[in-house]
Amino acid sequence: MSDEIYKEIILDHYKNPHNFHKLKDPDFKAEDTNPLCGDHVEFSVKLQDGRVSEVGFIGRGCAISQAAASILTDLVQGKTIEELQKMEKEDLLEAMGNPDLGPVRIKCAMLSFKTLKLGLYSYLSSKSSHT
Amino acid sequence: METVAFNVEELRNDFPILSKKFNGKTLAYLDNAATSQKPRQVIKAICDFYEGYNANIHRGVYEIEEKATMKYERTREATSRFIGAESAEQIIFTRNTTESINLVAKTWGASNIRKGDKIVVSLLEHHSNVVPWQVLAKEKGALLEYINLKEDSTIDLDDFKEKIAGAKLLAITQASNVLGTLVPVKQMTSIAHQEGCTVLVDGAQSAPHMPVSMTDIGCDFFAFSSHKMLGPTGVGVLYGKREILDAMPPYNLGGDMISEVHKWDVTWNELPWKFEAGTSNIADVIAYYHAIEYLQRLGMERVREHEKSLTKYALKRLSEIKGLRYYGPDDIEMRGGIISFTLGDVHPHDIASILSREAIAIRSGYHCAQPLHEELSLGGTARASFYIYNTEEEVDRLAEALNEVRKVFAK
Ligand SMILES: Cc1ncc(COP(=O)(O)O)c(C=O)c1O
Repeated sequence: MSDEIYKEIILDHYKNPHNFHKLKDPDFKAEDTNPLCGDHVEFSVKLQDGRVSEVGFIGRGCAISQAAASILTDLVQGKTIEELQKMEKEDLLEAMGNPDLGPVRIKCAMLSFKTLKLGLYSYLSSKSSHT
Repeated sequence: METVAFNVEELRNDFPILSKKFNGKTLAYLDNAATSQKPRQVIKAICDFYEGYNANIHRGVYEIEEKATMKYERTREATSRFIGAESAEQIIFTRNTTESINLVAKTWGASNIRKGDKIVVSLLEHHSNVVPWQVLAKEKGALLEYINLKEDSTIDLDDFKEKIAGAKLLAITQASNVLGTLVPVKQMTSIAHQEGCTVLVDGAQSAPHMPVSMTDIGCDFFAFSSHKMLGPTGVGVLYGKREILDAMPPYNLGGDMISEVHKWDVTWNELPWKFEAGTSNIADVIAYYHAIEYLQRLGMERVREHEKSLTKYALKRLSEIKGLRYYGPDDIEMRGGIISFTLGDVHPHDIASILSREAIAIRSGYHCAQPLHEELSLGGTARASFYIYNTEEEVDRLAEALNEVRKVFAK
């Protein structure tokens, strides 16, 4: 069966997710659910010298949402905050092997992207209001 | 009306979409609980109207206007006969089942439900038959109660009898869009009426698939959608008992629903137009006639028989798949042609996406019945649902594809 959605890389990450754990004392956390299908992801991130030093996620849901979260944790590892801010949806899709997701399934992939970005922004705004 | 032979291979030719290829494969359309496909008779009727006699109705007296009005009202009469209603004046056209139920909640509900009143629904309900009552109950300070299910996915009638005592409204589906469960609405209506309780039946999943009769069920309201029974989208039906409809305040206000308007005063039009404000969905109502005619010529008994035998076959094929679990009654007499299932821990969206590559259309998710999924502790399900044009061969394709899904996700 030819399945441009379920590329090897997506199935690999779904079956054996990377960084699948919750960090202790993270610098920021972010979680969200896609109410339509019940996909859920939760990220925890540690920073050191302005870079991502450690990142973990937990979650449940479809293969696309969970593989995207796993791939995203690899993608952001070691990145600076500025690089994180500049990261685009396309960067994640490319890392996923540009699967042919339709307008509905793309939301599954973008759940983690959106969640991590929102987590980052609320971390940055809480920091700037403290200083 | 004369009936025609129930020949699936032949009637498939009436549905243009069923011979189209997707990914090089013929469409196996197994999402009929969401909406049905349309025969060319219905599609042609829409074209004929716009090309031949497009005009507004109930207004002018020129030829094409009269023809449009006549055809529009003809659908009302056919609908009335189709559901065994007492009279065509009791058939109100809306946009869909959802609007039919909301109409009742906003008019009958607003003027009859008071603080402390009890509204009873079941755990099987589609969101359309939950949310309007939830909101009304909150607004009025009324109580909302859910009838439980038994182990075998049928309605717990003992629980029903307890909860219906002193209730003001019973709003219940006749067939579940998730479990396929058929609900004994006639028996329940008669018990509810003994309590002086008004009864609304959601017929969205029953009217398209089995004979229904208003005079037999005896319910006060009945709601369903054209688009799930071969007809166009944008047409819903609300049936109501005459005395209740007469006493109800109108829904939308404006043109068509009035008989006289003076500067400071107005009198409502008579039934059914009192509830059909503004220009109706004329073309689609007219085309809906051909859907009803199509089903009546096949015979609703035979529609039900076809779906029963297909469902029986599908349950057998699906139960052969390792890791597959289906929900709903095992007794074929107690279920319609809807099968929701899970496959190991593969997410329903992943199942549906892979099947889509095989041109097999099924639904995944909560199917607008989240309370039921929560009750069953299900994250979501995949759902196959059948209609007159589905075949055992399509069921075989479904079973094969599901075996493939299992392989793709094998750990
Ligand atoms: C049992 C039931 N009730 C109500 C509805 C709502 O129908 P519509 O979307 O046509 O308003 C559906 C449709 O899925 C249904 O299955």
